[in-house]
Amino acid sequence: MSLRRANAWGASQACASALLVGFLLVPVAALVLTLRWADFLDGLRHPLLLPALRLSLLTTGTSLALVVVLGSLLAWRIARNPGRVSRWMEAITQLPAVIPPAVAGVGLLLAFGRRGLFGGWLAAQGIAPAFTTPAVVMAEAFVSAPFFVQAAIAAFRRVDENLLVVARTLGASPFRTFLRVGLPLAGPGLVAGAAMSWARSLGEFGATLLFAGNLTGRTQTLPLAVYTAMESDLRAAQALSLVMVAVAFALLFVLRRMAPGAALPAPEARGA
Amino acid sequence: MLEVRVARRLGALDLAIELSLDRETVLVAGPNGAGKSTLLRLLLGVLRPDAGRVAVDGAVLFDGDAAIDVPAEERRLAYLPQDYALFPHLDVLGNATFGLSALDRRERVRRATGWLERLGAGHLLDRSPSALSGGERQRVALARALVRTPRALLLDEPFASLDPIARRQLRASLSGWLREWRLPALIVSHDPADAELADRIAVVEDGRVVQQGTSSELRRAPASAFVAELTGTAAAVPEPVP
Repeated sequence: MSLRRANAWGASQACASALLVGFLLVPVAALVLTLRWADFLDGLRHPLLLPALRLSLLTTGTSLALVVVLGSLLAWRIARNPGRVSRWMEAITQLPAVIPPAVAGVGLLLAFGRRGLFGGWLAAQGIAPAFTTPAVVMAEAFVSAPFFVQAAIAAFRRVDENLLVVARTLGASPFRTFLRVGLPLAGPGLVAGAAMSWARSLGEFGATLLFAGNLTGRTQTLPLAVYTAMESDLRAAQALSLVMVAVAFALLFVLRRMAPGAALPAPEARGA
Repeated sequence: MLEVRVARRLGALDLAIELSLDRETVLVAGPNGAGKSTLLRLLLGVLRPDAGRVAVDGAVLFDGDAAIDVPAEERRLAYLPQDYALFPHLDVLGNATFGLSALDRRERVRRATGWLERLGAGHLLDRSPSALSGGERQRVALARALVRTPRALLLDEPFASLDPIARRQLRASLSGWLREWRLPALIVSHDPADAELADRIAVVEDGRVVQQGTSSELRRAPASAFVAELTGTAAAVPEPVP
């Protein structure tokens, strides 16, 4: 490669990097930089904030727990039993990631709403999830599960088959093998997947709005509160947004810290 | 006594093997893809034979006709894979005590350290597997398997991942240990030098045992080109150059 072409290549990388990083950073910076401290404190006292924050933490915590427990078992099964059934299950779990959230909301309504596929049967059991807090959890679990399951499958696939066979010959049942070898070795990947999944469900908007509605204290999560506040008061919306950013950063930080296998080297770096 | 009669189809491989080991070491030799590792998986209980019977010291581990299939964790067969498969998230002591979860902690540690010391790895207790040499890994893996007083020993290419010097040393050590323990031991290998460990050699090609015997018996009348190659009958001159 000639010197001039090498320079041009280097320059285009620098330009592209500066452009994209700048574009991604500016809106986040604008959230912070354009707000006066007094306005922020006012915004914090906004009546929508506390109920929405409480509801968001409750529902995303519940959906994360559901997704992690069910998703770990599913991902283990898919990773350890390659075959047509597993390929199908993997493809299905990826569907919600490519469906627009609003469409997911319509789907959830048509499945579990009063007049949905299972609505009549659920109503007969005395359950009507649509437009209730459980609907928020369902919407969040629906849109966030793919992120955890995909990461968990990848993490479990990286666990050396021989380690699992040896564990069995050392007297460990399949369940104990999963617990004592599979989980710890996949730990960092699982935590990363949980973090991605949690971030996705914290930001969930469209599916929640359509399937659960926007009722303060019951189905109005932080993103919906931001949207509602926007209609009357941009400053309040901005303060709420900042709270969301802070909560997201704080929880991601804690999650990474709590990672059981965080002391392990990254999976890619782990040798034979 | 380990008695093996297993049949299994797996992709292109059609495996049907009969073997019987007294308290002796048998080398299962054969070219790549002959079914050696599949044989080990069938014995360990992580791959199910289509038919056959596996028994050790009178205890039936698998019987296709009687629908007996003892789960892998109850077979008490020691298994050493080629890379030794030490658990990377546990230290040496954690590895060696892994198979003793039924015992209380003090007894676990006592037994594990006892075996680690016998195998010359007693000074490594708090090391991470990634900080061990190939030879040390093999010693730890052996100790981890032997603490459970296994009924037989299955070794897959035990020296393939070692450098030549460590290979010679460990082959000598293992040879002594095998004589001392007097367990039925099955060593899968394609390295002719491993024959010195074995009382007998069983040559597997295309999923079948094509010849069995002591290395001198095999040398006298090799049944196939591979056996001749293995025993050195065909290789009085070094590898032919194409």
